[in-house]
Order: sequence, then structure tokens, then C-alpha cells
Amino acid sequence: MRAFARLLDCLVYTQSRNRKVALLGDYFRTAPDPDRGWALAALTDGVPIRLPLRRMLSDLVTRFIDPTLYRLSRDYVGDTAETVALLWPDDRSVLPPTPGPSPQGGTSPLPLRGRGRGRGDDRSEKPKQLVLDLTPTPNPSPQGGGEQEDVSPLDARGKQNTSPFDMGGERHTSPLDAAGGQHTSPLDAEGGQHTSPLPSTGRGQGWGDLGHNSGEPPELSLGAVIDAMADGTTAERTERLGRLLDQLDATGRWALLKLIGGAPRVGVSARLARTALAESYGRDVSEIEEVWHALEPPYLELFQWLDGKAERPDPGAKPVFRPVMLAHPIEEEDWPRLSPEDFSAEWKWDGIRVQVAARGGDVRMFSRQGDDISGAFPEIRSAFHGHDCVVDGELLIVRDDKIAPFNDLQQRLNRKSVTAKMMASYPPHVRLYDLLFEGQEDLRGLSFGERRSRLEAWHAKHHPRLTDVSPLVPFKSFDELGVLWSSARAEGIEGLMLKRRASPYQAGRVKGEWFKWKRAALTLDCVLMYAQRGSGKRSSYYSDYTFGVWRTDENGERQLVPVGKAYSGFTDEELLEIDKWIRGHTTETFGPVRAVEPELVFEVAFDAVQESTRHKSGVAMRFPRIHRIRWDKPAAEADTLDTVLRIVGGGAAARAAAPSDLV
Amino acid sequence: MISLAPPVDSWLYPVGSGIYCEPGDFYIDPGRVVDRAVITHGHSDHARAGHRAVLATSETIEIMKVRYGEDCAGVFQPLAIGETIDINGVRVRLVPAGHILGSAQVVIEWAGRRAVISGDYKRASDPTCAPFELVTCDVFVTEATFALPVFRHEKARHEADKLLSSLRAEPDRTHLIGAYNLGKCQRMIRVVRDAGYDKPIYLHGAVVALTELYQKLGVDLGELLPVAGTDPKSMRGGIVMCPPSALGDRWSRRFGDPVNAFASGWMRVRGRARQLGVELPLVVSDHVDWPELIQTVIETEAQEIWVTHGREDALVHYLGTLGRKARALALVGYGEEAE
Repeated sequence: MRAFARLLDCLVYTQSRNRKVALLGDYFRTAPDPDRGWALAALTDGVPIRLPLRRMLSDLVTRFIDPTLYRLSRDYVGDTAETVALLWPDDRSVLPPTPGPSPQGGTSPLPLRGRGRGRGDDRSEKPKQLVLDLTPTPNPSPQGGGEQEDVSPLDARGKQNTSPFDMGGERHTSPLDAAGGQHTSPLDAEGGQHTSPLPSTGRGQGWGDLGHNSGEPPELSLGAVIDAMADGTTAERTERLGRLLDQLDATGRWALLKLIGGAPRVGVSARLARTALAESYGRDVSEIEEVWHALEPPYLELFQWLDGKAERPDPGAKPVFRPVMLAHPIEEEDWPRLSPEDFSAEWKWDGIRVQVAARGGDVRMFSRQGDDISGAFPEIRSAFHGHDCVVDGELLIVRDDKIAPFNDLQQRLNRKSVTAKMMASYPPHVRLYDLLFEGQEDLRGLSFGERRSRLEAWHAKHHPRLTDVSPLVPFKSFDELGVLWSSARAEGIEGLMLKRRASPYQAGRVKGEWFKWKRAALTLDCVLMYAQRGSGKRSSYYSDYTFGVWRTDENGERQLVPVGKAYSGFTDEELLEIDKWIRGHTTETFGPVRAVEPELVFEVAFDAVQESTRHKSGVAMRFPRIHRIRWDKPAAEADTLDTVLRIVGGGAAARAAAPSDLV
Repeated sequence: MISLAPPVDSWLYPVGSGIYCEPGDFYIDPGRVVDRAVITHGHSDHARAGHRAVLATSETIEIMKVRYGEDCAGVFQPLAIGETIDINGVRVRLVPAGHILGSAQVVIEWAGRRAVISGDYKRASDPTCAPFELVTCDVFVTEATFALPVFRHEKARHEADKLLSSLRAEPDRTHLIGAYNLGKCQRMIRVVRDAGYDKPIYLHGAVVALTELYQKLGVDLGELLPVAGTDPKSMRGGIVMCPPSALGDRWSRRFGDPVNAFASGWMRVRGRARQLGVELPLVVSDHVDWPELIQTVIETEAQEIWVTHGREDALVHYLGTLGRKARALALVGYGEEAE
């Protein structure tokens, strides 16, 4: 765990991609099996453990901390794993075993040591909280009253510091005694009047120093953590998790929770992790990606192959991901270099790009990053069942032959499984762009034109359910195409794709072959209404903004109604400025959300406006992002709801931003 | 015993941007210009220019003069630590707060009651200023900058060692240490010296004047050189002290590929460090952390705790669960981020 914790900790603070790759490479080459495989899993598809982790942690943490403080801490830190790692005492056993004089009036001692006891009985009982003990428990002497000295780093801290008020064991005298001699005022005589029932104690026992100070933690292997979490009831695993956390320092605790928590958010994408692994062994990442989905954590065969001790794992009859070909956004300077006759055009549909691989009775659907998203779409798996192919297309929600708003698709993404109700409400569909494999035949070396003919023929013959072929858009000149492009505001169209007819299917963003020509975004001037603290890198900053436009009510009064929420489109520097502004203009605070004075105008770019029952305004923006911060603009001059409503029908009331403005 | 003395908040109360003592007719750390101000310490959200009369420690007065000019107040009246002054029958004295050089708590006694306005304070050791002294009281006015249980600061010496080991590991990269230019900067230099670093330390222009003042007031900081006019190559692998805003600024480009370090209690939270592009977070603070804050509040035996700025929600809530009367003063203009 030590090496893994150090790796994650370094990754978090490293900006440079090359340094990240080097850190990862060092780790993969030096860590033992199966730990490095579990680490790779944590950074990519996640370890195969399902835990109600948030609930387990809340259960553990609220045994020694007030739930409100836990909530406020988590709101502030923005990351459950880090919050728990920081709150967890270095030695739970020295937390005083009696509850503080809380208003809840607890009576039974908190069984901190007896963690093995059955949990059923005390479920009904509110856990007692302790942050600092206020009951007169005898303090262990600095010489160690039975406890090993090194378990309480606080004692060590006291000894090293020379400050007379540092938190050491010596300071158990009443503050009145300590300060009494210095007092010269007549009030001193009244010392006895202070009737506070609270005797002073030393610094809370068990609030140990964090991490580094407490000496080297005992080594715990990643494999042991996985084993401990793999089975058992939730209650059993909760107790085991508590004991594991007890063995680690703050960084170790954080790393452990990142290992089992999924989505570690340490600034490394799954692809970067695989790339680093490939590069550190002098391989191309596509060599790993092509077999990736036939492998399972802890990836022993993969490391065997990389170490030169075995052949590359054979995906055999399993469907695997093939790296996806991507397009460049088209720039003004590209046009003169392109000839219309070399290109095919097709609509860019507003869903997510997917690859469906069907082979040997198994079907997988991958995102373009290579994440397996099959679990959430059993209909697609069954539609391709029995086929043998790899196709490239756009995943959409299609209801009554009409493409539903992107928001509908989002309801089905990022899920491990799906309910029958979701399946009925949000029917998926794959609109096909390309055919990569037909049977065992790899078509990727053929030109786009040839593949396209093969796709049409293949589809005409097999016609898997829930699919169609994305039609080509015929054109003679780019001017003609431009007219189509600018008028295309129909639901579900995000713009146009231009594909060179001669292009083979190559991994990644190959220059000069495919272009995407997104339709121009619309912008509106909106007023910031609420700000919410972000998470991860943005924890503790107000980075999620809800904004509104003006509506005139029946009394003729103007009020703001929210139309969208955005958390992107500004730089880190701008974030700091906005954050500062928000703190200075807060009118109300609700947990992590602040209401602000209606004074700051954002020029918001968005792709479309849709009707929405969730917003009071009745409309919601599609993919809104902050285009400009209009520090200069008076809020009263921001846009109105009437303007927004005119756009819903596809009208062009909003100003189209010049494409070059939007990067 | 039931006291018939008027409650403290009948004669000492917040007024928008500071705390006002009515019988003494003076303010403590007011955010706007007033006739008579008692200043706890030299940070800009507490000490402002333009008051007619300022009462503070002589060090705080020196700091104000360096920051705002010799004539930044009509009259300066130094008050020695521990000495009591009578202002219209109100007894006032200053007691060390352990925050930065010259920082003091203001102890105010009137009509049989005692209030302590602690300003900003810390309990951890700091070789550049006098240590915090505890004074029991009826009302304790405290900051809450780090009032969440996730905040537990590292020992400064430990973080200095971390810095020195990073210098050994990255001998070709200049280490830029972002630190608040009053207090934190000088403390970091002193602690790095104590950790055995004796090479020259380079100073960004914005930290020079106050650092020189510290030296003048007797804090030994070793050999210091200005960045301006020094060849960046000769600073490679060395330590440069700068204000946090200079990290990632154009100014920092002269150092090529520096290691950005930031000395602050906020560095406890990884997200903060990442957001600021900090590669080497140093968890050093001039404020109390959570355990120290709770301990201090309890030790003062105060019946009432008034919270000036920071995470007042968490502190007020928690003190409530301990059966303490706590309230947030909601003062305007106190920088919750200034550290």
C-alpha cells in the first residue's frame, strides 16, 4: 500500500503528463504481482468489488465524529475518501470510550474496541459522537500508561516542541493555574466564579498527527485489501474496513479508499494509465487496448507478456475493443486545402460514440475511450446477439422514430445495470457509421468508401434490431454543404462530419482525414443565481453555477428564473476570481450552495434549448458552458425568458457565437 | 453565583466591520477608518490605514508603518505585552497570540467581566514570535479559519524537512515557496534554517521589506538575496520565497521548470493544492487547527464564544453539542482565505 499510496499522492500533484507517465511506469515495473494489477484496475475499470462504501464509511466515521461535522467536512473537501482519510484518528483505540455531554444525552459507552460485536442491535440507536473528550478521563502519562508511546504521536509532538503551550502531555494543568500567575487584574480573584463544568483535558487523545509524522505504517498489500473486501456481509466488511484503515497513515487510508472506491480522480484517465503501462515496456497502447477487454484484474497474463515471460494474451473468442478513429475540428485554414470530391459528409448525431463488438455469442458495447458500457444496455447486447462483427456508431435514445434530447441518454449512462422501467422509458438505438470487422475479416485497412459499401451491404443482409445506417449527406460544393450546415437545427444533430473517402480506419485523431464541423453554439447573457462547491480538484471552490434570465411576472415585476447550470468554460484564474466574488456577494448559504446577489452576468454558450419540467422557467439549456464572464455588464441588461422561449422552436433569436470564439 | 454585571454583549458588540467597545469608545480591528482602534496584528484584514489613533504592540506598529507608510495613523500608541491601560474605565491589555510577530490578543475588562478578542492565533511553536498565552474569560472571541475536523496541521519542522528532501531529489529545479508575505514567509525561512539549510534564500520583491523588518526586530533569517538582479541560473536548485500569487505568474517563468510549493494550512486538502497547481504542498499554518481550536475554547472556560470568520457553521454547531453558547458575528471583510 505504501508504494501505491506514494504513486497516487505524486500523481495528484503532478501536472506534467510525461512525469505522470514516468511515475506510473516506475510503479508498474517495480511493484509485485498482484498489487500492480490491482492498481492498474483501480486506475482503469475499477477493482471488481461492489460495496456500499459511502454508507459503510458514514457508519464507521459517525462512531467517533458528529454527523454534522462529517457532512460539513465532506462538503468542504469534496471527496469522501479524502475526508475520511483526514478525519480518521491514527489510533481509534485511544479515543476515550465515553460520549461527550452532547444534547442527545448518550449514556452507553461507545464500544470502540469491541468492533466485532453484532451490529443488528445497535442499529436503532443513534451512534454517539466524540470529537474531543470532555469528561474527566485520566490522561495517560507521557511515560505511557500502558499504551505504547508511539501510538499517540501527540505525546511525541509535545516533547519536541519548546512552546510552553504546545499540545503535550505536560499541559494537563488547569488553564487557570497556568495563567493565574500572570494575571494582574482584580478579575483574577474571581477565577473561582467560573462555573464551567468542563475540566480541561489535553489535546484530544487519538487526534493523532497525520500520516507522515506517525512513522512508517505497517505494510499492507493491495491484494490483502481486495481479499478482505471481496466477500462477507456489509456489516462484516464494514468492520474489516475499519481495521484496515486503522493500520494506515492518512495517505495510506486515502489510497486504500481510492483503490476500492472506483473513479479515483487523481488526474489519470484509464487511457493514460494504459498508455503509461505500454510506454514503460516499449509497447504501443493499441497492443494493450486490443486485448484489454478479454482480460480481468489483476491482469497477471498481461504483466507476464510485458515482462517477456509469455505470449500476448489471446482474446480468443471474446469481443474486444478496437481503438477508435477520431476527427479534428475543422478550422478556417483547412477549407482551401480540401477538395469536396475527396470527401463524404454525414450528420454528426448528438449522442455518444460507441463501438459494438459481437463475437462468439457475446456482445460488448464500448465508449470511445474503451470503457465497457454494455451492462447498462442489455437491449443492444441482445440486438447484436449471434452476429460476428465490430461496428462504429452513435448511441442515441430514439422514441417514435424521433431522437430524444441528450439529457434522456444521460439517464442511462454511468450505470452498471438498468431497470425495466428505464428500458421502456429510454429506448436506445445505434446509428451506424462504420464497419471494422465483418466476421473475422479486418476491414480497417480498406478505404472509408469501401467500408461504407460493406456496411450498407452487411446491414441490408443482417439488419440487427435497434440499428440503422447513418445516411450520407450528398453535396457538390462546400458552399452547398455550408447551407445545409447552417440550417441544421433539427433535434439530434450536432453538426456535420467530413470523412476522406480514401481514409483507412486508424486509431486516434489522424491529421487531415476526418473533420467535425459542429454547428455554431448559441449564447445568452444570464445572471448568476447560485453557486455550488465543486469536487475533486475544485473542492472548496464555488465552481458549479446556476444562472437565470429575467421574467416579468403578472405584477410587472422582474425576477430571475433559472435556465441552466454550468461548470466549465472558464480558466483556473477566472475560477479564483469568481469564487472570490461569490464569497463576497453571498446572500444565503445552504450547505455547499450559496445564493448570491443577482449582479454577475455570464455569457453562456449552449447547443440548444429544450423544454424542461425540472426548471421553474420551463426550459433547460443543452450543454451550457460559460463563454465569457461579463464583469462589465449590468445584470439588468441580461437576456429575458421570452428570448429563450423563441429559441426552443429552433428560432435564431439568440446570437450565434462565431465558431472561432469557442475553443 | 449569579452575577448582576451587565452582559458583555451590552457593552462590546460587532458593528459591521469590527468589534466596538462602547464604554471605552474604541474598536478592535475595524474594517473602516475610526477614531480609536486597537489592532491585534498587522495582516491587512485586521490592520488598516487611516485611523486617528492606533493602540497595538510596537512590532505591529512597525509592520503597519512598513506596509502603509509612517503616517498611516494619526497617533500610534504602543502597548507592551502584559501592561494594562485604562481607557475610560475599561481595562485593556495585550497578550501574545502566537500568530505572527507582534500579534496579540486583546483582553478587555469592564464591570466585572472579561472578554478576550484573540484576533488570529495559533498554539504550535513558531520561532519568529512569542507563543500564545491563555487567558480565562467570560467571552472568548475566536477566528474559525480552519474550523473543520479535517484540518490538522503538520509541524512546520516536518514540512521543512519535506522541502529539503525535495531539493535533494530535484537538485536542478528551483523551489518556489509561495507564502503569505507577512509572517508565514519569515517563519518558513526560519524553520528551514533550523532544519539545517544555510545557503542563501532568494526573495521576491513583494516580501523584501517585511522580511527586512523581521531581521531588524531581531529575527535571524540567515543570508537573504533579492531575486531581482540575480541570474536565474544561480538560483537553480535553490529556495525562492514569493507571495502565493506569484506561483504560475509570468514572474515565475524565469526559473524554467520550477517546483511550486505553497506553505498554507489549506494544503491539507489535495483539491486545493491541485487547483492552485501546487506540486509540493507544505501544510504549515499560522492559525489553530481544529483540535487546537477546540482545546483553546475549552481552556478559556468562556461562557460564550463569538466566532469572527472562517468555518463558523461547523464551530458554532460543534460548540453547541458541547453545551457552549456560541454565535457567529458575521463580520464583513475578514479574509477567510488569507493565510
